[in-house]
Amino acid sequence: MSFITEPSHPVVQVSAAIFLLLVLAGLTAKILRRRHPERDFRELEYRIRSWWLICAVFLGAILAGGSAGLILFTFISYLAFKEYISLIPTRRVDRRVLFWAYLAIPIQYTWIQLEWYGMFVIFIPVYMFLIIPIRLVSLQETRGFLNAAGTIQWGLMITVFCLSHAAWLFVLPPALNPAAGPAGLVLFLVGLTEFNDIAQYLWGKSLGGPRILPGVSPGKTWAGFLGGVLSTAFAALLLAPFLTPLRGFTAFFIGAGIGFFGFLGDVTVSALKRDLNIKDSGGLLPGHGGILDRVDSLLFTAPLFLHFIRYYHPG
Amino acid sequence: MMLPLLRAILFLGFVKPFVLLLLGVNARGIENMPRRGPALLAANHNSHLDTLVLLSLFPLRMLPLLRPVGARDYFHRNRASAWFSRNILRLIPLDRKPSADGPHPLSECVEALKNGEILLIFPEGSRGEPEEMRPFKTGIAHLAETLPEIPAHPVFLRGTGKALPRGEALFVPHICDIAFGEPLTWTGDRQSYMQTLRERFQALAALYPAPPPPET
Repeated sequence: MSFITEPSHPVVQVSAAIFLLLVLAGLTAKILRRRHPERDFRELEYRIRSWWLICAVFLGAILAGGSAGLILFTFISYLAFKEYISLIPTRRVDRRVLFWAYLAIPIQYTWIQLEWYGMFVIFIPVYMFLIIPIRLVSLQETRGFLNAAGTIQWGLMITVFCLSHAAWLFVLPPALNPAAGPAGLVLFLVGLTEFNDIAQYLWGKSLGGPRILPGVSPGKTWAGFLGGVLSTAFAALLLAPFLTPLRGFTAFFIGAGIGFFGFLGDVTVSALKRDLNIKDSGGLLPGHGGILDRVDSLLFTAPLFLHFIRYYHPG
Repeated sequence: MMLPLLRAILFLGFVKPFVLLLLGVNARGIENMPRRGPALLAANHNSHLDTLVLLSLFPLRMLPLLRPVGARDYFHRNRASAWFSRNILRLIPLDRKPSADGPHPLSECVEALKNGEILLIFPEGSRGEPEEMRPFKTGIAHLAETLPEIPAHPVFLRGTGKALPRGEALFVPHICDIAFGEPLTWTGDRQSYMQTLRERFQALAALYPAPPPPET
């Protein structure tokens, strides 16, 4: 079910539009550099270069069809969980438990491949929630037990369970979305989530004003938040007819929801980093930071969007 | 003829993907990496992974120059391990307890440097307790004194001791923090040389603030 053979498919057209936007962003950066030779635009250029990599990998997997998207999300969960585990304090005995936690990643995505929804929604919140303390107890190191059980479970929930909700979209019945199929829904969710990140940043930078959560993320303003949510809602209104079965107010509403939850995901990872006293979660994506810095908003928008779609279009 | 090919295949097909994708690295100070031999690369030691991590950062064309240095009693403990470390890792074995009448224990290292190669050495002398730095041994100062124009590049590693500590066979993925420092050359006497090296490592370690210790 590769899309390469269907150039008129909305997923292909939206992907082409995204690449066009990247070219425009690159040109804008070039013009900015020429107009302001005294300023340093290296960060912006790294950022755009990393966007090329992200878009090439993500859209490549979407357009390849088959299980490519599912495999990509498995790998993103792996990278995000690894980054999380490398940031938090762990004890040497925790390695035994972490091994099982890592194993949970391919297993969680296997439930999606098997289209076993019941197992998909309880495996990490119930079974891993039991397996982790069982393994910890068998190690007989009770000092730091609660800390290990809590932090490992939290990492699995956020980097694997939440993110896998985006991947479940791939196995929704194609009839649910006659316009663009399951891949269209994934592209809509991920595209709008990233759009919201950029919109919040740009509105915040250009308007400034009172800060929204100075204790967590000193750079974020009310203007950025509201401007981002509204921009994303309007973008959803325009994009939904191409990629989703949603129309009109429903599309606007879920767009605003993605904007709001994207913000919450962003500030949640910010709170985590502040607690750990670090700025970037890693160095995987120059200009962005680590993988957690990039997918933070998607961690929160993915469950919201999947359950919204399932509620409105049970099938 | 076959061995260089085998080494290149293992390097590109296993070492690089394993370290860069499965393990993951945060690297700083890449501009301080040696670009040509001869040079010394001095790293702190936490895990067998340290050698693989350091190798993986170099381009394929520099692979023939890279020579890890390791303990003879460990790497030559049996014939299979000796063959592998000699021919695949191209490891220079070091006698940790040399006999008084034999050749100088570092003579093979000096030869390699004279041939323009890059030595990967672990001045702690052993992996020790994971993620804890031990006092440096002075073998590196001997090399620097013998060949005073050769630069020593300090490189700080953290995280490999969490992924695969000594005495464990279970590999658990953990990102490795790496920091290369400015190279130093012979200072004129051993004491000031070792002192400078220690200070470089302290500065590099400070680049990566350690997470607070778990409450145990």
